[in-house]
Amino acid sequence: MSKRRKIDKHILLRLLKYITSNFKFELCVIIISIIVSSVCHVSGQLFLQKLIDDYITPLLSTKNPVYTSLAKAIGFMAVIYLFGIIATFLYTRVVAIVSQGVLKDIRNDMFEHMETLPIKFFDENSHGDIMSYYINDTDTLREMVSQSIPNAVNSFVILVAVFVSMLSLNVYLTIVIILGVLLMLRVAKMVGSKSSKYFVLRQKSVAKVNGYIEEMIDGEKVIKVFTHEEEAKKDFDKINDELFDNTTKANTFANIMMPIMGNIGYLLYVLIAIVGSFIAIKTDTLSVGAIASFLLLTRNFTMQVNQISQQYNSVALAMAGSRRIFSLIDQKSEENDGTISLVYVRKNSNGELVESNTYTGLWAWKDNKNKTLTELRGDVRLIDVDFGYEKDKQVLKNINIYAKPGQKIAFVGATGAGKTTITNLINRFYDIDAGTILYDGIDIRKINKNDLRKSLGMVLQESNLFTGTIMDNLRYGRENATDDECIEAAKLANADKFIRKLPNGYNTIIDGNGSNLSQGQRQLIAIARCAVSNPPVMILDEATSSIDTRTEKIVQDGMDKLMEGRTVFVIAHRLSTVRNSQAIMVLENGEIIERGDHDKLIAEKGKYYQLYTGAFELE
Amino acid sequence: MIKKILKSVREYKKATILTPFFVALEVVLEVIIPILMSVIIDDGIEKGNINVVLMIGGILVIAAILSLIFGALSGRYAAVASSGFAKNLRHDMYYKIQDYSFSNIEKFSSSSLVTRLTTDVNNVQMAYQMVTRIAVRAPMMLLFSLLMVITVSPKLAIIFAIVAPILGFVLIYIANRAHPLFEGVFRTYDELNNGVQENVRGIRVVKAYVQEEHEIKKFNKVSDKIYNDFLKAEKLVALNNPIMRLCIYSSILLVSWFGAHFVVNGVLTSGELTSVITYAAQILNSLMMLSMVYVTCIISLPSIERIVEVLEEVPDIKNPKKAIDTVKDGSIVFDNVSFSYVNDADKLSLKNINLAIKSGEVIGIIGGIGSSKSTLVNLIPRLYDVFEGSVKVGGVDVRDYDIETLRNSVSVVLQKNVLFSGTILENLRWGDKNAPIDEVRKVCDIACCNEFIDKFPLGYDTYIDQGGTNVSGGQRQRLCIARALLKKPKILILDDSTSAVDTKTDALIRKSFKEYIPEVTKIIIAQRISSVEDCDRVIVLDNGEVDAFDTPKNLLKHNKIYQEVYNSQVKGSDSDE
Repeated sequence: MSKRRKIDKHILLRLLKYITSNFKFELCVIIISIIVSSVCHVSGQLFLQKLIDDYITPLLSTKNPVYTSLAKAIGFMAVIYLFGIIATFLYTRVVAIVSQGVLKDIRNDMFEHMETLPIKFFDENSHGDIMSYYINDTDTLREMVSQSIPNAVNSFVILVAVFVSMLSLNVYLTIVIILGVLLMLRVAKMVGSKSSKYFVLRQKSVAKVNGYIEEMIDGEKVIKVFTHEEEAKKDFDKINDELFDNTTKANTFANIMMPIMGNIGYLLYVLIAIVGSFIAIKTDTLSVGAIASFLLLTRNFTMQVNQISQQYNSVALAMAGSRRIFSLIDQKSEENDGTISLVYVRKNSNGELVESNTYTGLWAWKDNKNKTLTELRGDVRLIDVDFGYEKDKQVLKNINIYAKPGQKIAFVGATGAGKTTITNLINRFYDIDAGTILYDGIDIRKINKNDLRKSLGMVLQESNLFTGTIMDNLRYGRENATDDECIEAAKLANADKFIRKLPNGYNTIIDGNGSNLSQGQRQLIAIARCAVSNPPVMILDEATSSIDTRTEKIVQDGMDKLMEGRTVFVIAHRLSTVRNSQAIMVLENGEIIERGDHDKLIAEKGKYYQLYTGAFELE
Repeated sequence: MIKKILKSVREYKKATILTPFFVALEVVLEVIIPILMSVIIDDGIEKGNINVVLMIGGILVIAAILSLIFGALSGRYAAVASSGFAKNLRHDMYYKIQDYSFSNIEKFSSSSLVTRLTTDVNNVQMAYQMVTRIAVRAPMMLLFSLLMVITVSPKLAIIFAIVAPILGFVLIYIANRAHPLFEGVFRTYDELNNGVQENVRGIRVVKAYVQEEHEIKKFNKVSDKIYNDFLKAEKLVALNNPIMRLCIYSSILLVSWFGAHFVVNGVLTSGELTSVITYAAQILNSLMMLSMVYVTCIISLPSIERIVEVLEEVPDIKNPKKAIDTVKDGSIVFDNVSFSYVNDADKLSLKNINLAIKSGEVIGIIGGIGSSKSTLVNLIPRLYDVFEGSVKVGGVDVRDYDIETLRNSVSVVLQKNVLFSGTILENLRWGDKNAPIDEVRKVCDIACCNEFIDKFPLGYDTYIDQGGTNVSGGQRQRLCIARALLKKPKILILDDSTSAVDTKTDALIRKSFKEYIPEVTKIIIAQRISSVEDCDRVIVLDNGEVDAFDTPKNLLKHNKIYQEVYNSQVKGSDSDE
């Protein structure tokens, strides 16, 4: 418990740092204006008591009342109030600026950091979970920063002012009040922790109901086909009731906080009245007027305590939200300490490589230490590579692959055999546990990660596109590609035909989920996108799996052209697409069990032969 | 519209009514308590009368306890009423969706249905709780306070008669101005979330193309937009507080000035003046609360609209009145059938289809993407209704059958296969929830499932994750076939359901079909020519029209499309994969 509290304190401090580091000036403005606004408010209240005693009562006894002093007093008040209003205006406005600014900073920091995280992070966390950092967790902060903190500061300032006045009136009564307030805080904590407990449960139920609804609505067609509607209803009712239960409890505790605290405040008032009267009558140390003022202060004091305790829930929720946000920001980024970079080069008259600033179609690896240039040829070697996603679970064992420049290397094997894993090691989505990977003779760990990846074009089975025009998507890998180059690439991938049929051709806006394109069309665009980036080495991971065989036949020519002169790694389910590879690696349980070209493997009559003749199931 | 959703309150009517009732009682006490408090000071302490202090104190304690009880009860009932209402709304929408046809679902899209069931219901729930509590409290407070001011001094009440409407007007004006701004912000939020989602899903592409910087720039742009728009809206709303204070303070000053004159002239006591000032704050506070209710309500209006849309949608496939509840056999006739997803004669997905399939025949369907293969078979279990013509099963128009009867006899294995989270056995029993294990094993034999189920340590009790991600595509497809078989259908339709199954197993499954369920009419849509080669007859679809319907042998001789597909897969290799 105490450890948890320490973490909470730590989180709160970190959150405050966001405010203090970027909004020092604004923060000062806020605090000063809140103080001014509260002081004006309190002095207004004090003045009202004086108004009657000091200004109105004296007038009663005069025959011809002169109102100038009253007018002056009221004028003075008006000035104080004006200051109060200006201060209020100022702080509400600046609070809006700060709260939105902090949210923006946190949001941007989260995203910026997320982009640097290794693939592993995205493997280990569900997409819905990552999304909720941005949707739910930042939202909890908004309420706290824009409402709870200003309210609490406001109440606190008044509280201090009231407390000092009370202390100056009577110490004993103040002690009674403090004891009473401690009791109030205890109760607030009890009710508050109950309510936040149920709020957490409620969040869980919400997630459960949302998940269930998503699964069922997604599979609604299957439900229809199996006339399974009644069962689906019954299950839904069960979790819907659970959500109702938790919501009711959470809201009940949140709702009763106010009446409980408010009425304890009243009881305290009665207590003070009685104790005060007794002190006044028995000891004569307390004037009647003082008790009356004290009672007014009591009321104000408990009201502020009530106000502060109302913030309990929003603060608790925001703490939970920040804990998650900071856990994202604290995730370790991908390491990138390679010093060798990729540069454009051309050959001078002597056949030597010279670095160039513009695209030449030729690349070289530049060692930034000794300034040597090594031509990029696309020679990739994996030597004795071992790898596992988790420490004690080896996925790849002793992998040796030699891809000579311009060769097409294919990986074949069941799902989970490690085909995709191998390609993910080459572009360092994951780092190997043992062995080495050499790229044109250079250990890939010495190459700057971004440059390494730029040299490797990838087309994946899940062809993720991004919201924007088709042209934007084609240009994704090379921002300065011309329209003609993009169209040329689209033609190569056989995507040009259907793109032209779309309402706005190449300027048609597609959304990332690609609901307006078929899986096959998306894959064609992904292939074209890769062609535009024109990488020296390509990785095709089930790149044509969603394209029907007739279309694939047509795309094949383009693909062959695309692969010409490049080192290509291919993973394909349809063995017909890998037949013409220079080397086919058959993987099983993370090991290469057969290697060779198509004819050799067929002649061997091993696993590949069985797969090819359909005796075994791939997937 | 609001009437329509209020129908879902049902058993929570009691709580809904009790909430404002207890709120009202609470308000009454809240008005009485300050009066008692001033009596303690005026008659007790000022006069040194300890008995009055004790007596009024006692009454005050009782009042506070009652107020506590009423407050707690109103809080409790408000929670019950609003959560209950939300529960019923979810329940009603969900049940309604179960009655939807395919085209109803497509009209909304599943993701939109999910938002309506979750976010929108949440908004309505919040508004409901606010309305039942504050919409009663605020006007009552306003009324009581005004009444008190009027009874004390009608002349001073004139001040409020002027200030309150001005404040009300300004608050509503701000709310109206801010509302569209907030709506804009939430739309931008959707854009932001969409961007994040694309990045999370496509992180491999982002990293492979080294576009992190680009994505961050894109994100920051949207993030800035949210910042600017939100700030604009919040700055507007931030005016509420100072304006409120302006009104309170000026009323206090006005009351003090005029009140002082009245006191001097003897029409008002000084104690009364103090209480009028107290009421001033209450009157204007209630107005503030009312404007908050107003804002919450306008925010939830679009949500209400979206919910009502779901509730009011008329399912376009309904059971006929005199439904036929037996299907004679598995014969199928398409009689001049046309179909359009949008009910438009110019946008037909199927044109003049005429087919006659005998009970027990094995029919293959091939055709390229967009040739409407799935559309054609979806008409048989009446997942959609025809636009023109009629589809007959067992000699009867499908629209005359009881839907459940029809769909139990026509089993479709959809292209988009879905398994649900639960054990394998639970998933299979979707076909027949009372199926004995022997029968389950039998259909699994036919669909070649047992070979892998038996390898799982937990066998039939193996838990399937949401979306069936923990079994391979081929396994998932075979489980879906087994599930469909368990219905003991008269017609079995496989919509590209063995694409991930290897050719050998595929052939094995088709062989078992012949052996164990020869009487069932089987329709097989396939990409793979080998899957339809041994069918009795094959339909070649092209662009929503039947290009040919003949035996595979004849098609290979005469049909161009069939030949093309055949050549793309068979020529040069022994078979595909």
